Amino acid sequence: MAVSQKSFTQQLKKYYTFYTGGFVTFVVLLAIAEQMGVPTKWIGYCFLVFTILLYAGIGIMSRTLEVSEYYVAGRRVPALFNGMATGADWMSAASFIGMAGTLYLSGFGGLAFIMGWTGGYVLVALLLAPYLRKFGQFTIPDFLGARYGGNIVRSIGVISAIICSFVYVIAQIYGVGLITSRFTGLEFGIGVFVGLAGILVCSFLGGMKAVTWTQVAQYIILIVAYMIPVVWLSVKHTGVPLPQAVYGTVLAKVTDREKVLANDAGEKAVRQIFADRAKAADDKIKGLPGSYQAEKDAVAKKLEDLKAAAAPKAELDAAEKAVKDFPATPEAAKAKWTAEKGAAAGRTGPPLPHATPFPGKDEKARDTAKWNFIGIVFCMMFGTAALPHILMRYYTTPSVQEARVSVFWSLFFIFLLYFTAPALAVLAKYDVYTLVVGSKFSELPAWVNAWQAVDKSLLNITDINKDGIVQLAEIVIGGDLIVLATPEIAGLPYVISGLVAAGGLAAALSTADGLLLTIANALSHDLYYKMINPNASPAVRISVSKFLLLGVAILAAYVTSLKPGDILFLVGAAFSIAASALFPALVMGIFWKRASKWGAITGMLAGLGICLYYMIHTYPFFIKMFGVNAMPLWFGLQPISAGMFGVPVGLATIFVVSLLTPAPDKEVQELVDHVRYPNLAGDIDTRGT
Amino acid sequence: MQLTQTHIDYWHKNLRLTAILLAIWFVATFVVIWFAIPLAEIVIFGWPFSFYMAAQGSLIIYVAIIGFYALTMRKYDNEHGVHEGEDE
Repeated sequence: MAVSQKSFTQQLKKYYTFYTGGFVTFVVLLAIAEQMGVPTKWIGYCFLVFTILLYAGIGIMSRTLEVSEYYVAGRRVPALFNGMATGADWMSAASFIGMAGTLYLSGFGGLAFIMGWTGGYVLVALLLAPYLRKFGQFTIPDFLGARYGGNIVRSIGVISAIICSFVYVIAQIYGVGLITSRFTGLEFGIGVFVGLAGILVCSFLGGMKAVTWTQVAQYIILIVAYMIPVVWLSVKHTGVPLPQAVYGTVLAKVTDREKVLANDAGEKAVRQIFADRAKAADDKIKGLPGSYQAEKDAVAKKLEDLKAAAAPKAELDAAEKAVKDFPATPEAAKAKWTAEKGAAAGRTGPPLPHATPFPGKDEKARDTAKWNFIGIVFCMMFGTAALPHILMRYYTTPSVQEARVSVFWSLFFIFLLYFTAPALAVLAKYDVYTLVVGSKFSELPAWVNAWQAVDKSLLNITDINKDGIVQLAEIVIGGDLIVLATPEIAGLPYVISGLVAAGGLAAALSTADGLLLTIANALSHDLYYKMINPNASPAVRISVSKFLLLGVAILAAYVTSLKPGDILFLVGAAFSIAASALFPALVMGIFWKRASKWGAITGMLAGLGICLYYMIHTYPFFIKMFGVNAMPLWFGLQPISAGMFGVPVGLATIFVVSLLTPAPDKEVQELVDHVRYPNLAGDIDTRGT
Repeated sequence: MQLTQTHIDYWHKNLRLTAILLAIWFVATFVVIWFAIPLAEIVIFGWPFSFYMAAQGSLIIYVAIIGFYALTMRKYDNEHGVHEGEDE
């Protein structure tokens, strides 16, 4: 090695300190430019173009034709930097933009994701990372293939890795497209492909090496972008710039405010209006088919009456629209009225108590909420400990001890964002509950009007009871609004909004890169090199890998541009699938020498099978897609928590079948000893070349 | 490759440490969730205890578990002669 590991680490620290300084200077310069009157649109462009060029620069500098650099960054990434890279790899658009919004909307229930997505690293640290590092090859199927022998286990590993990574990458590219289109005004479909270019510049030339160094850069941007607005908001409401330490007092105020709002006369009036609307819609549905013609006539008559009375133009337009949009058939009317009923019925209750665990009307509802909370925590944790793109990162450290330390830094850097998100949700809620609710419609804060104009699904406030005052029940907020609008809620200049967009983009790009690389490597290394052409030269292997990377990326972007189902569900599904298929075989392979080839094969198939079976038969989108019959939920658990069944079934199957089949041979026993000890005299060598 | 007694001791120590830390992890996660409703009665600086744990307390415990594991395992590596070279 030309440079010793120590001086390499020193060099890296110097580079990234310099880089962070440069980035801060860049933001300051843009802030000055904004004050001097540069239009905000240009500031948004500057952020996107500058950061993508930056990633491209790192990607080009890290180009490589060496196999071990391409697959595992040369195995010399120091623990601290691998921690940052894992942080960026891990925190997706859903974490960066969606997390705080989920917490805002679902209160205590949303904390299941916070716990699950951090606690999983305990499993990674204790059960997997150091052992995989000692094994020291290139992919997760590599380990399964070597430990259990034969191509069957490896193939099941490849298939599972591809299913969960592909499902997950679609959600990321979706996020990239959303941010690109929002901040540049491009169409969503074009935004997806522009974002794709941003993803490929990071990974195409340098594989894992390039991805690692861009992910470190992306982590720095995303954490700075997340912290600044929250700290500012905390100063605004508490006077202390440490939101995580002081939001308890704000939470208590939110809870008091919820009690006031629950009994407020104006709030009750609005809720009653929604209850009436839900009932009216219900009556119309029950009156079908007769009510269809009656409603159609009523809508038409209203327009005539208004015309006759020379009503104001706004009212006339609304009535005309009602006539024009009236459903063409009784079936369409039923669908429309059912949707109306659902929307209105969802707004008839008092505000959700933010701090209360498992709110519910009776013991049974609370129990179901508790079990679903446990289900999500469980699946997110075991999924974390089985997602190949995360586990792969621990192949890149220089030693076993560095891998252990690296998991510590990974969780530390992830923790910084995850313990801030609940604070942000509470601060934003306090702002809305005290400064927006109760204000006059004519005097709404500027950010409210601005975001209402951008997208009605993100923020919509309508004066339902026509009293000129904003009631909480009149506000509809989309989860993504919280992070996107925080700079404006806190009263910060536009440059910070641009920074937040750059942070969101960094989060989505870095995760997408890690995932695409995982898929391409599973295909090029495990399928092509290990099974099809073991004599391929290094140059051919890298070319094949790049070709596949491009192909998979384009396919994923194409699927994304079709806007498939519920993105948040897909992310959760990826975790359940990874947990069910991979976790049992990986962990038992390390901790139980007796685990046999057939145990692994049947266990992986059983875990994956039960998980997919449950999802397909309980999730409406799949039920429709596969045309199967819906079945009742087991123990009331939502389809996202299918891993709750998959993991135990997988573990039990491996246990039973292993005991029924012959024990693994001596070679495998030696391999297990090999991974258990960081350094062993007279050891075998499993490092990949 | 022959495992000596010190190797076997090392592995048993590792298993014990892993089991203890996993037990702490289990309590900080699932036991806290199970008793979340009664624990919410205790309020510290405005946070109901179960909310604090799920939003921050358990996370700090997770970070501490992993840090403790890395430090202790380094000690075990050295004690049992299975540590790696500096610049491997």
